Amino acid sequence: MTPAGPSRQGWGFLAPALIWTCAFFILPFLVMGAMSFATLEGRTLVWGLSLENYIELGQKAYLWRAVLVSLEITLTVTVVSVVLAYPLAWIIAYRVPQRWQRLVLLLAILPFWTSYVVRSYAWLLVLAREGVINQTLIGAGLLAEPVTLANTRFATVTGFVHFFVMLLTLTIYANLVQLPANYRKAATDLGANAFQTFWHVILPLTLPGIVTGAFLTFVLCIGDYVTPQILGGNNELTVPQVIMVQLGRRADFPLASALAIVLMALVTVVYLLSSRWLRLDRL
Amino acid sequence: MRALPFAYLVLAFAFIYLPVATLVLFSFQGGTLPVSPFDGPSLRWYREVLSDDDLTDALVNSLFVATLSSALAVTLGFLAAYGLARHTLSGSVLIRSLLIAPITVSYLIVGLGLLIVVQRLGLGVSLLTVGIGHVVINLPLCFAILYASMGAQQENAERAARDLGATEAQVVRLITVPMLAPAILAAFFLSVTLSWDEFIIAFLLSRFDVTLPVEIWSLLRSGLSPRLNAVGSFVFLVSVTAVLILEILVFRKRR
Repeated sequence: MTPAGPSRQGWGFLAPALIWTCAFFILPFLVMGAMSFATLEGRTLVWGLSLENYIELGQKAYLWRAVLVSLEITLTVTVVSVVLAYPLAWIIAYRVPQRWQRLVLLLAILPFWTSYVVRSYAWLLVLAREGVINQTLIGAGLLAEPVTLANTRFATVTGFVHFFVMLLTLTIYANLVQLPANYRKAATDLGANAFQTFWHVILPLTLPGIVTGAFLTFVLCIGDYVTPQILGGNNELTVPQVIMVQLGRRADFPLASALAIVLMALVTVVYLLSSRWLRLDRL
Repeated sequence: MRALPFAYLVLAFAFIYLPVATLVLFSFQGGTLPVSPFDGPSLRWYREVLSDDDLTDALVNSLFVATLSSALAVTLGFLAAYGLARHTLSGSVLIRSLLIAPITVSYLIVGLGLLIVVQRLGLGVSLLTVGIGHVVINLPLCFAILYASMGAQQENAERAARDLGATEAQVVRLITVPMLAPAILAAFFLSVTLSWDEFIIAFLLSRFDVTLPVEIWSLLRSGLSPRLNAVGSFVFLVSVTAVLILEILVFRKRR
């Protein structure tokens, strides 16, 4: 690549974006980090290097339990979403006729664009005691009394899975259509049945796509406040819900910041674990 | 297609469309509860929504924030992508990681950080702070899209223009921007959809004037209502329109 001019000019083009990112992302992030080591004495904030918030996190059950709940929900959602999305992507890529593929894919991910507050609300309509599922089952005589589906972990997981199945179908489909058709033909010619072809040829080749999609699912799911708040109710709280409680009711910014740092640490650990297969640049 | 894959496809679509279909169906409900039996169709709730000043104000605020913040994000992203793709700079890998970094952090954390700074500085939250937050989250996407689409073809045209005596500003205005128009529009529409829909940053960083998702959130506290269905269906329609425009602009070109 040939330089178009003196590199000072290049910096001129970059400066606005760099300044913006530093001022409104890096700086707030650093302040939040520092805040996590501050303490509240009464209502006044005392800056310092105290580990009090992190110790509190280990000691108070409602805090560390939130970390566990978040992890459990996120892992369940990630696994279930991958397992449901993979066949869907497979069918669209290999079973749907070529000229319908784009349309089917577009339709499969269209509800992805519902406002996400509205999407959770829509699941509430489906899962409520007087909602679609209960009404249908009672109408069909399969249930005598409505069952509680909303305000449970099941509801939270369902709402999340719905969203991430669409996201994962998209990423896995993109991965599948990139594979040359010859690979499958070769496997069949060499005597592999459909399952063997899948297990020994296609699955290893699509692993980067799966891991990338699963990583995105993990990151977006563990940081989300809306879905567990609307669908899960207040029976068990996730980390984002506890953060919002600290901000709202108690204005405990130091503890909220410490929880945010823990959230980031979890994401970093998962990133390191999956980095071998991650292809974030290919999204 | 054989039976089993077809059945799976149908089931998957049923799952994917169940909440959306319920939402839209009961937005035409005649009574006051969005549950069966369905006693519409009636446009009662759409009329009510359109005559609700809080909702229409929030809608205007959302459009305002989405358009302006996306325009700014695209502009900053474009300039950065141009600077990085067309000029050899030391530390370009580091700069790229820095610009992309906000993507990897959840919106809640971006919002919390900004809220802390705004409060420490003694400034108030408003639509302006919401807009600042939305530029932070959309800038990395705009930058990534535009950086990826700056290919050799444009570069040759740019070099030719420069040889013919164009200034750097003329090159950008007359060559790069027109040649990249589809990517620029795609980045803009993607940002608009994301900002239009964003909740948590808008919730943390606003108080009196709020955006539509925040207004919907406060309506949710009063429980199930066909009014929410009507707003939700309307928002869905807007987003789908934006996505279809995006699809037509970007993918028609590519073929």
